[in-house]
Amino acid sequence: MGHRDFMQPTDVKDPRYFHRVIDCQWACPAHTNVPEYIRLIAQGRYADAYMVNRESNVFPGILGRTCDRPCEPACRRQRVDGTPVAICRLKRAAADSREDISERLPRPVDYRIGRHIACVGAGPASLTVANDLLPLGYDVVIFEKQDRPGGLMRTNIPAFRLPASVLDEEIGYIVDMGAEMRYGTTVTDIDALLNSEFDAVFVGSGAPRGKDLNLPGRNDAAAEEHIHIGIDWLEAIAFGHTASIGERVLIIGVGNTAMDCCRSARRLGGRDIKIMARRPRGFFKASPWELDDAEEEGVDIVVNHAPTRFVIEDGQLAGMEFQKLRWDEDARNATVLGTVVIPCDDVILAIGQENAFPWISRDLGIEFGEWDMPVVDEVSFESTRPGVFFGGDAAFGPKNIIWAVEHGHQAAISIHNFCQGLPLDDRPPVGMNLFSQKMGLTEWSYHNDYNPAPRQRMQHVDLRQRFRRLDVEVEEGFTEEQTEFEAQRCLNCDVQTVFDAPLCIECDACIDVCPVKCLTITENAGEAELRRRLTVPAANPEQALFVSAPLPQTRRVMVKDENICVHCGLCAERCPTAAWDMQKAEVLIPYPVKMLPMVAVTATPR
Amino acid sequence: MPSITKPIVPLLDLPRNAVGLTVRDYEGTMSTLCAGCGHDSITASLVQALWELDLQPHMIAKLSGIGCSSKTTAYFAGTAHGFNSVHGRMAAIATGAAAANRDLLYVGVSGDGDSLSIGLGQLMHAMRRNVRLMYIIENNGVYGLTKGQFSASADVGALLKGGQKNLYAPIDPVQVGLAIGATFLARSFSGDKQQLVPVLKAAAMHRGFALVDVLSPCVTFNDHEGSTKSYRYMREHEVQATEADFIPHRTAVTASIPVDGVQTVAMHDGSELHFRNVPADYDPTDRVSVMHYLQERRDAGEVVTGILYVDEDAPNLHELGNTTETPLVKVPYEALCPGSRALAAVQRQWT
Ligand SMILES: Cc1cc2nc3c(=O)[nH]c(=O)nc-3n(C[C@H](O)[C@H](O)[C@H](O)COP(=O)(O)OP(=O)(O)OC[C@H]3O[C@@H](n4cnc5c(N)ncnc54)[C@H](O)[C@@H]3O)c2cc1C
Ligand SMILES: Cc1ncc(C[n+]2csc(CCOP(=O)(O)OP(=O)(O)O)c2C)c(N)n1
Ligand code: SF4
Ligand code: SF4
Ligand code: SF4
Ligand SMILES: [Mg+2]
Repeated sequence: MGHRDFMQPTDVKDPRYFHRVIDCQWACPAHTNVPEYIRLIAQGRYADAYMVNRESNVFPGILGRTCDRPCEPACRRQRVDGTPVAICRLKRAAADSREDISERLPRPVDYRIGRHIACVGAGPASLTVANDLLPLGYDVVIFEKQDRPGGLMRTNIPAFRLPASVLDEEIGYIVDMGAEMRYGTTVTDIDALLNSEFDAVFVGSGAPRGKDLNLPGRNDAAAEEHIHIGIDWLEAIAFGHTASIGERVLIIGVGNTAMDCCRSARRLGGRDIKIMARRPRGFFKASPWELDDAEEEGVDIVVNHAPTRFVIEDGQLAGMEFQKLRWDEDARNATVLGTVVIPCDDVILAIGQENAFPWISRDLGIEFGEWDMPVVDEVSFESTRPGVFFGGDAAFGPKNIIWAVEHGHQAAISIHNFCQGLPLDDRPPVGMNLFSQKMGLTEWSYHNDYNPAPRQRMQHVDLRQRFRRLDVEVEEGFTEEQTEFEAQRCLNCDVQTVFDAPLCIECDACIDVCPVKCLTITENAGEAELRRRLTVPAANPEQALFVSAPLPQTRRVMVKDENICVHCGLCAERCPTAAWDMQKAEVLIPYPVKMLPMVAVTATPR
Repeated sequence: MPSITKPIVPLLDLPRNAVGLTVRDYEGTMSTLCAGCGHDSITASLVQALWELDLQPHMIAKLSGIGCSSKTTAYFAGTAHGFNSVHGRMAAIATGAAAANRDLLYVGVSGDGDSLSIGLGQLMHAMRRNVRLMYIIENNGVYGLTKGQFSASADVGALLKGGQKNLYAPIDPVQVGLAIGATFLARSFSGDKQQLVPVLKAAAMHRGFALVDVLSPCVTFNDHEGSTKSYRYMREHEVQATEADFIPHRTAVTASIPVDGVQTVAMHDGSELHFRNVPADYDPTDRVSVMHYLQERRDAGEVVTGILYVDEDAPNLHELGNTTETPLVKVPYEALCPGSRALAAVQRQWT
């Protein structure tokens, strides 16, 4: 046997190690400092919590209602009691309850650096670029086809999920910093931008084309006006061009768009609304909470039906024909059991979005690759033409708001480098501060007790009330009491157990007291062997093992499985030598405003 | 005292023993001892051992005297029975309890002060009566609770924190036990659970009096340079005489010690104690040679640990004293207390 291989001591100075322990912040594309803002909420410091959010995700009020929340499945609390902290809705609580923050927003600066940036589209990606560059004295011009900013957040996310006032306010913060908004201006040829005063162009034009379903009957003129492309239909509602729909509605597809379509249809007069899904539950793209919300409104979800044709009778859309399917266990292969016609008045196609760049001619050095998508660097977001950047849904296809924001941040760093003549890969590093949380022998500056409170349920507006108008926001937001409970569920994953091997006398006190038995002192070995050998074997390979330097008395090592440490601090309280300490790891995410500013070339007071 | 109690974490996936409990079900209240106290590690080892033995907590009785060590009965098996006696009197209480109810497992926890000064006479009598009792001495060489005076286990020449030297010869409870015929004698170290847990399990299953002398550093008063009961001193001077595996008769567990040179002692309940003697000629069943060996290693400045002596054949309290098989609590009141007429009848026998 002889385990000659052994693990190197963990380098906790590398910010990535502790960053990974903060599961939510690691999973958040924009690395929002979740535990910090949740603690601020717990202290009733809503404005501070809002500002912590805004730094990374720019749109806390919007995202607190709509974020895809990749942080929640990652949240440690999921592994501890089975349900994650309601991170997203706490964000909304901070936004809704915040005091006036206008004084704390970046102000328009009174100098120009003489660099001009064009952004195509006023969606979250472009707005983030503007947010990051305006405080440095850049001139940012945003070209937007529509007469209002927001992109899909405005045109597609229904008002019953995201009130226009929230959009207006948070987008306003950026516009008010001095972005030049050219509404009603479709960029028809990028060459025009490349040949004008702009030093760099950011393409944040989204994935504007909804997929069609070319089945028999689709092009029948009689049926045309009753078959809708989901995202176009939602846009028409948002702009007041569509105000009604037939009673019987079929929605094809079961992603996020389908969910907004069926619930919008319900508000426009739909009574018998069916979401037609090809595959069984559990294989849907929509998030479980979206399905719940749709079903609560009386929408049927019909599984295992694949559309085959539009049924036209007497020159009218009469229904759709489907194959009924039986799937194997992992829903890879299906057997056709027969066909069925489901009558309907309208069909809404919600089967995905595509990119389209008819306004970028292919001879400008901006290369397009597979699926006719631009070739974009995944770190710098630069295209193959220097000075042209892509971000948001335009870069790698449809994602979500928080990804669009993160792309915007990264592109802004690249643009800043580009304008200074620095290489794009010369990116500012992620940093970290560690602060001891010790206030006394057994006293901490954070709330270290474990609160067994269950996840709070979001209250919804009564069903009858909510259908009165299109823009009645369904979710009521947490009450103050719910906010308080929910905030206490957070396990402060940024408060790290920091170990100082030379101090350890191997008394085992920390090991004995740890409520989740995640500490072990043992002979060093290879990772697989160490994982097996721990007090409770470390079964989650996604989660790191901490391995100390050899201990002074026996040369064994202290090993910690980070998986379900609840950051209670008991190890540090029971350590006689303070070999363990609880220290808050503040991960420092770089933004252009924190980088070296460029020298002002013109001091034009605005 | 920690700021919070140990939380219960619902999804912590801990294995369950034969009676359906997790190791955390054998915990008690939070310790109020100094952080890093060896006594807490012994508590943790007891928790582990009792869990591994599949014992029902309500079939355990915990007994103790006075001292930091004696406080620890509150920190394990929170749902078991318990009795904190006065200083040095735990052995007497345990003897009475055992005589009255042989169904419970008696776990006595004491200190070197409690057992070797004021309670030494009690301890010796419990040994010679071979009471079925696991008797743990959490041995730190000082009176911890009263702020660190030397106890009777302190070695000659050992220094207190303030520099005062101990001049009196130490009492070694294992040597005392060997001299007066104790039937299970072990020594271990709080900082070595790999050794301590199987030792405690074997002691719990011994058919008579089982003494476990556990070196248990006092971090506050006796863990400094010049102490012979510190973590560092123990790590530098500990020598294992035996390695032991306790094999319960029900389960087939894989031995944790190498099989070559293994010697087996059958326990009364059918379980087995597997020994591997580290010095090949060490014989834990030969009282005289053990005495000799311990004396010799002591003079060489070593602290010998392991299960040092076992005799599974000697009669215990119940056999010697012909105690009741039915616990007194289960004897009907009329039989237990037959009244003044019956008493008068008994007394007439001697008139
Ligand atoms: C129905 C639906 C619901 C959704 N719900 C959510 C949700 O709840 N949460 C979530 O996180 N994400 C959701 N999304 C996805 C999310 O809205 C997008 O991923 C995000 O808005 C993309 O941002 P963006 O800045 O890349 O582009 P977009 O938001 O698409 O903005 C692009 C902008 O560019 C403009 N534009 C395009 N071409 C030109 C041109 N040539 N000239 C000028 N202007 C142009 C467009 O008019 C548009 O305003 C949803 C999407 C849909 C379709
Ligand atoms: C009759 C009596 N005498 C003296 C005391 C004071 N006293 C309390 S604890 C203790 C000694 C405890 O030493 P030890 O048993 O080694 O326990 P430790 O605290 O070291 O674990 C003494 C002398 C007492 N409580 N009762
Ligand atoms: S418990 Fe709190 S800090 Fe930890 S992952 Fe969840 S939200 Fe983030
Ligand atoms: S903070 Fe320490 S004692 Fe608490 S769970 Fe984490 S490792 Fe265990
Ligand atoms: S409590 Fe402190 S000294 Fe004791 S083993 Fe843990 S880290 Fe080491
Ligand atoms: Mg003592």
